[in-house]
Amino acid sequence: MSIGHTLLGLLESGPCHGYDLKRAFDEKFGHDRPLHYGQVYSTMSRLLKHGLVEVEGIEPGGGPERKRYAITEAGITDVQQWLATPEKPEPYLQSTLYTKVVLALLTRRNAADILDTQRAEHLRMMRILTDRKRKGDLADQLICDHALFHLEADLRWLELTAARLDKLAEVVVK
Amino acid sequence: MRVRQWAKDLAMGVRFAFAGGREGWVRALLTAVGVGLGVALLLLTTAIPNVLNARSDRGNARTDITYSGTQIPKAANTLIVANVDTTFRDLDVRGRELEIEGPKAPLPPGLERFPAVGEMVVSPALKRLLDSDGGKLLRDRLPDRIVGTIADQGLIGSGELAFYRGGENLAAQIDGYRITRIDRYGDPEATSEGFDPVLILLILVVFVALLMPVAVFIAAAVRFGGERRDRRLAALRLVGSDSRMTRRIAAGEALAGALLGLVFGTVFFLVGRQIAGTVQVYRVSVFPSDLNPSPALALLVGAAVPAAAVLVTLFALRGVVIEPLGVVRTARPSRRRLWWRLLLPLAGLAMLYTMIGQGRDNGNFNRYLVIGGVLLLLVGVTALLPWIVEAVVARLGAGGLAWQLAVRRLQLSSGTAARMVNGVAVAVAGAIALQMLFAGVEGDYTEDSGFDVTRAQMQVSVPSGVELDGAVEKFRDTDGVREVYAYAEGYLGESRRDPERGSEFTVGDCASLRQVADLPSCRDGDVFVVRGAEQDEDTAVLAKQPGRTLYLDPTYEGALQRKEVAWPVPRDLKEAGTRKDLTGWERGGFLVTPKALTAEAATALDGQVYMSVDATVPDVQDLVRNTAASVDSLTYPMALYSTSQTDRFASIRTGLFVGAACVLALIGASLLVSQLEQLRERKKLLSSLVAFGTRRRTLSLSVLWQTAIPITLGLLLASVVGLTLGTVLLRMTDTPVRVDWTSVLSMTGVAAGVVLVVTLLSLPPLLRLMRPDGLRTE
Amino acid sequence: MTPPPGSLLAAQELRKAYGPTVALDGAEFSIHPGEVVAVMGPSGSGKSTLLHCLAGIVPPDSGSITYNGRELATMSDAQRSALRRSEFGFVFQFGQLVPELTCVENVALPLRLNGTSRKEAERTALTWMERLEVDDLRKKRPGEVSGGQGQRVAVARALVTSPRMLFADEPTGALDSLNGERVMELLTDAARSTNAAVVLVTHEARVAAYSDREIVVRDGKSRDMERVV
Repeated sequence: MSIGHTLLGLLESGPCHGYDLKRAFDEKFGHDRPLHYGQVYSTMSRLLKHGLVEVEGIEPGGGPERKRYAITEAGITDVQQWLATPEKPEPYLQSTLYTKVVLALLTRRNAADILDTQRAEHLRMMRILTDRKRKGDLADQLICDHALFHLEADLRWLELTAARLDKLAEVVVK
Repeated sequence: MRVRQWAKDLAMGVRFAFAGGREGWVRALLTAVGVGLGVALLLLTTAIPNVLNARSDRGNARTDITYSGTQIPKAANTLIVANVDTTFRDLDVRGRELEIEGPKAPLPPGLERFPAVGEMVVSPALKRLLDSDGGKLLRDRLPDRIVGTIADQGLIGSGELAFYRGGENLAAQIDGYRITRIDRYGDPEATSEGFDPVLILLILVVFVALLMPVAVFIAAAVRFGGERRDRRLAALRLVGSDSRMTRRIAAGEALAGALLGLVFGTVFFLVGRQIAGTVQVYRVSVFPSDLNPSPALALLVGAAVPAAAVLVTLFALRGVVIEPLGVVRTARPSRRRLWWRLLLPLAGLAMLYTMIGQGRDNGNFNRYLVIGGVLLLLVGVTALLPWIVEAVVARLGAGGLAWQLAVRRLQLSSGTAARMVNGVAVAVAGAIALQMLFAGVEGDYTEDSGFDVTRAQMQVSVPSGVELDGAVEKFRDTDGVREVYAYAEGYLGESRRDPERGSEFTVGDCASLRQVADLPSCRDGDVFVVRGAEQDEDTAVLAKQPGRTLYLDPTYEGALQRKEVAWPVPRDLKEAGTRKDLTGWERGGFLVTPKALTAEAATALDGQVYMSVDATVPDVQDLVRNTAASVDSLTYPMALYSTSQTDRFASIRTGLFVGAACVLALIGASLLVSQLEQLRERKKLLSSLVAFGTRRRTLSLSVLWQTAIPITLGLLLASVVGLTLGTVLLRMTDTPVRVDWTSVLSMTGVAAGVVLVVTLLSLPPLLRLMRPDGLRTE
Repeated sequence: MTPPPGSLLAAQELRKAYGPTVALDGAEFSIHPGEVVAVMGPSGSGKSTLLHCLAGIVPPDSGSITYNGRELATMSDAQRSALRRSEFGFVFQFGQLVPELTCVENVALPLRLNGTSRKEAERTALTWMERLEVDDLRKKRPGEVSGGQGQRVAVARALVTSPRMLFADEPTGALDSLNGERVMELLTDAARSTNAAVVLVTHEARVAAYSDREIVVRDGKSRDMERVV
């Protein structure tokens, strides 16, 4: 899962401090695994270096440095590209997909498209596996089947999510 | 506790029977109509002995002329009765002329007072006839003022045509058989007269033949909606009812139809009873009040019919295990065996065979054997048909696609197919046998009367004392009458009383006499003798001795005193040759011209007028009868026929045909219901066949074949059994066996028509089911 | 709009409603000879209706369907039936084998509908049954064979006329994975070998994986997943 793209996506809805970014991330995607401050700052400085974000201002005050970050045009394009690129179909990628869907909803992009793109990619993978299975020996078949069943499970999740996008949007975009 | 459980389960079943939506109702209704018809028929059957008894009781109670041969003297309580029956078109009218001889004369049953001369009391049916336009001609013949109607107790049936009218001067005419003196009504020696055994046989067979298909129908009807019921029962098992409870619930469903059927049956019976009062079968009408089933039998019907419905259901479920997840039919039904199926009809034949050749002269047929035999023979149809359908269908070979689809389907479930047509087959078999029996018995009654009707078609007897020449003039003036020949006829005996030899005595002018014998020459005043006519040996003996005294109108032992007028055989007797007379008989005896007749002899003779009529003149016979009535109230007109009573059973045969057709229509309705049910079960399959591009024609044709094949087999079997039964019944009544092909063809035709109509009616739903919507599952 | 070039069967702007229920709402479809296209989508999305319309079983309310350059709407019912008999083949989930006919008679059925003699039809049917490995069932009735065997018989029947189009509506819906996959393998192999185009309606991804391409139908609208990527 790309933390950089996720933070960028979160920034798209408006400039904010590193601390607020961490809180938003944890709230929406962190669940049982909150981000470290260090992770946020190191990621942000990398994004800064690539020109995907800029510092809008530094607020004075005690304690940790309080920089306000804002997304650049290049940053928005980068998020767009990331969302549009299907993930390589492999097991347990639902957290990335989930992040993408939620970010799409937050940034008023078409979340259904993301799911459909992913779905097409999954099916492409399944076709390749099916084809390999038909030509291969029993071992190939068993291995391919394992992957196929996992991919099928993903696909079902994709379908289910697609069917529940409206509800999800209500929850995410308060 | 157990009783309550039973009641609860049955009640639940009853509720299910009506809870199936529109289809459920239709099924329950059809079952009820079937059961109802059965119940009505049964009730009618149980009422028939009552009807017959009531009729004969009332008939006995009004008997006046008993032919007892003894004449009672005139007294304060006597009455002279003259039989003045008449015929109007083809209707018989009972008529009596009454002359009171004293204040205590007995009043006939159904009358409140005696009609005076010029008055008459008529039956309601006759009153209706006389008041109608069509009855005008009869009104001319019976012109007396109508002063009342005969009450029911004076009539044997509601439609009987009867009248009583006042008369006078009858005493001189008393002859003991048409005119007699009585002091009371009723026949003191009335034996409870046995009915014609053949008639009883007919009644028994009619009811068995009509009841059987209804019974088969009921048995099929309680199985309506089998699939759906199976699913329902399985669902009941799933929610925890045990197998016995389930069976009871199934029985309750059948019970519902049967109970509703009882109600229907009672209504049908009551309606039929009223209708029975207005119709006549075999010229016999009945009073609705006579149609009373005996209470015990009615109660038996009321209990037996629902019980039978329940038993049939339990019987049908015997090979079925109702499991929570569906209904399992235990094992594949074993191959049908032939031997016991053949045994049934053979046993029936054997029972009937014992009575072969018995005829009507050897007393009553054993009712139980008749019922048992006919029943077994007809049940044999239902037993044989499944076997035949199975055997034939298994051998049916290649053919078009529609044919293949139909044949394969029949092979898979020939039992269902056979069950569907069983009722039709039984109905047709019974109807064919009955039609054959009626046709045969009718032929039996249609005898050659021996009359040669080319020269004369009507004859009127004119009582002595009526001037013949005047009568002849009146007949000549009647519309449609061509030729009139009049004779005074009498009978000559060798002694005054109980003569052993006798001869005919005919008086007429020369022209008339030439019509009855071959005269060499003839002048008024001649007397001829005809020897050697058919069956006449006496004339030759009596004419041997001229001058011998013979007696006109001799008296016989046990009969009333006759005139006994002496007549010496003339010496100048002329010989005449034989010739067939106006009615086609060779007339023997003495032929006398009017001048040769003494006045005294004339009183011992009755007039006979023969006439030829123009049959194209409407109602010519009734015009002649009217003239006869105007000549004298005691004339007796007769129409001469070369055969007699050809249409005796015509109406009952028509009735039977209609009855059988109705039963077939009912069976047709049930066929339609089960056909539609089957089609609906195959909705998905039909839609997918259409998706393949199957032509609708192919599927429609296959549906037609599917019914046509078993029906054809059923009708063939029905024809064979029907003809066999008909032959046996004819043999039993000792009647020549003739196959009535028209009735065979018409009955099978009606059955085939019913099947065709059912198929046609199931086509629109079939086409609708074949629409691709059937493929939708979402 | 014109159908995509080279397509065997194409549909544009299909609309179909059953009473108040809208089944198709502007669906598009096209398939090339020899192509296997999966039609996916949730229950009630209209995928079966799409198949029924494409096969000329149900006429759409509006829109055009062209098969081999001919507009289906201009054909009579008899012509469409003839088309289904000779150039289309069908496999459904349920209720397609005639229970009273034997398996070989079932397979021979479409040929006989076309007027082929019984003998010849059954001979051809048997070769197809061999290909689908069910020739030993020829004398059995559908009630006496397993679901997988029955479905293979159904596939043999769908292919017996060597159709140019094969329509399969949830062909494995009632089968377990192993049987389902075997049926799919045999079906697609046979179809490819005769260069038949297959429209495969399914809600199972693993079945759809036997296709070359997929279309998703949602709320009566189709989505060609090729164009998404």
